[in-house]
Amino acid sequence: MTARAKTGPGVTPPLARRFRRPSPGQVVTVVGLAVLGGMWIYPFIWLVSASLKTSPEIFGRGLNLLPEAPVWENYTRAWTEVGFATYFVNTLIVTIGTVLLVVVRSALAGYVLGRYDFIGKKPLIALFLITFFLPEGYTIIPIAQLTDQLGLLNTHAGVILGLGAGGQIASTLLYAGYFRRLPKELEESARLDGAGHFTVFFRVMLPLAWPITATVVILTYLFAWNVYLLPLVFTLSEPDLRTLAVGMTVFIGERGTDWSGMAAAAVISLIPVIAVFIVLQRKFVDSIAGAVKQ
Amino acid sequence: MTTTQERNPPATVAARRRRWEWPQRLRKDWWIYVFLLPTIIGYGTYTIYPLLASWWFAFLDWPGFATSGTFIGIENFERLLEDDLFWNAFWNSIVFLVVAVPLRVGLALALAILLNRKKTPFKGFFRTLFFLPVVTTGAIVGVVFTLLLDAGGPVSLSMVASGLLDSPANFAADAGTSLYAGIAVWVWKWLGITLIYWLAALQTIPQGVHEAAMIDGAGAWAEFRRVTMPLLVPFLVIITLIDTVAALNVFDLMQTLTGGGPSFSSEVIEIYIFRTAFQATVPQLGYASAAAVLFGLLTMALAVAQALGFRWARSRIGSA
Repeated sequence: MTARAKTGPGVTPPLARRFRRPSPGQVVTVVGLAVLGGMWIYPFIWLVSASLKTSPEIFGRGLNLLPEAPVWENYTRAWTEVGFATYFVNTLIVTIGTVLLVVVRSALAGYVLGRYDFIGKKPLIALFLITFFLPEGYTIIPIAQLTDQLGLLNTHAGVILGLGAGGQIASTLLYAGYFRRLPKELEESARLDGAGHFTVFFRVMLPLAWPITATVVILTYLFAWNVYLLPLVFTLSEPDLRTLAVGMTVFIGERGTDWSGMAAAAVISLIPVIAVFIVLQRKFVDSIAGAVKQ
Repeated sequence: MTTTQERNPPATVAARRRRWEWPQRLRKDWWIYVFLLPTIIGYGTYTIYPLLASWWFAFLDWPGFATSGTFIGIENFERLLEDDLFWNAFWNSIVFLVVAVPLRVGLALALAILLNRKKTPFKGFFRTLFFLPVVTTGAIVGVVFTLLLDAGGPVSLSMVASGLLDSPANFAADAGTSLYAGIAVWVWKWLGITLIYWLAALQTIPQGVHEAAMIDGAGAWAEFRRVTMPLLVPFLVIITLIDTVAALNVFDLMQTLTGGGPSFSSEVIEIYIFRTAFQATVPQLGYASAAAVLFGLLTMALAVAQALGFRWARSRIGSA
């Protein structure tokens, strides 16, 4: 799949010709899709090509995508000199922390919301729904002020809490929806063996919910790896804590004309999400389709 | 432990009994609240508190983080309503919404219909292709597109080469086109996820419906207009709502692509808030909060308007 993707729009005629009896409509469809698909894949090809050129070459060779000689040094420069090694580690810490926080938090809440009735359940769900679409631009000022007061403004923990402690309603609702459908006997038999609520949850229920855990991990991973506004605000005065997305934009200000270094840095930043996506693409697509159906 | 939710009539008796049970139930269900504790604390601090605090901050004159602000009533709102740059950002956000959302929703629907047909080859491949930008980092996409859209970059060069453009141009750096360049990149980045929404929606339409339409001799277009589209209307509303909210969360892309410029031509509300709160020489937290509150109201108004539109659409279909 990926190998084919790299070849882009040029492959259109052979692709179309490979069919047994292509109707004219079918050919038009495939050609149209291939042209559009080419527009979707081209920026990635261009980016990889730019990351292997010299900076003057990027704009000096017109539309030619092939570098005269691949300049691997762009990658080492971005990784060590510009500090993308640090940014990478920061992003990794923030992403892992956020994913763990969101999984534990929403699995616990989703379990009781999905399976039990208790006082305060309805107001809680109503509150979730009201705040479902809260834009991040709306909450960023109080969150920054609060984090500052907690003394966490320039720490990884501050960013992780800011990303994972609030919001994330979709994850909670996904867990709740899944736990609701599990049969009641599961807990009853475990309970007969003398297991408490917490044992039942961690030993029986949470392992059963692994498909939802996988979905929540994927969605939160994407969110935390790609988020920009909050880490930007939280690390304005602490360059060592920048994430990849923040580091990338500082790059422009500090080394404005190092385009090839910038392209290499972008490739470094995007590889982890694209790689995971390509390996798990079915799961990605099903996660999102499943989430919207709920 | 057991669900008392299901028994409804007689309501008053049940309600009274439930009230009597309260202390007892709270004692018995203590562990449920332990399970909810991380959510209650986290959600209360990082979602509910900011929601309410924004309103309080909006009434303060508050320069910077160091000290707390002083109460000045509705002065911030009065100033905002006369602030040309605020209205500029407000209208830019509206234009973004009005142009980008129909483009994203419509184009994704057209693609989804093509990719949902049995006859279309390489469906999985194309779906992967269109989805790829969705997983990428918005801020990095913004930076990369500043290079792609450069006057000497591939977009400009290929448009000149194909005669679409007389001389090289940078759409992201031109005050007349910068907002639309942002819209184009946004649609490019997010089309794939809307495509997946639509494919999920199309799969809810049973195959029998298609066969019945075929037997009745309906053409592809007639089938789409008379059969498929009415079934998709509820999804259309939900997908439009999701994408509308997404169109108000474009800070990462716009800040890195154009930074709101040139001369504020592509400054959307979020950039305005960020600039006022964190980037000005004297950060104005109260003033920025007032803008954020109005922004939040806009989002809510749009959600309510769509809920109403949804009911209207449903009643129309019902009577037709």
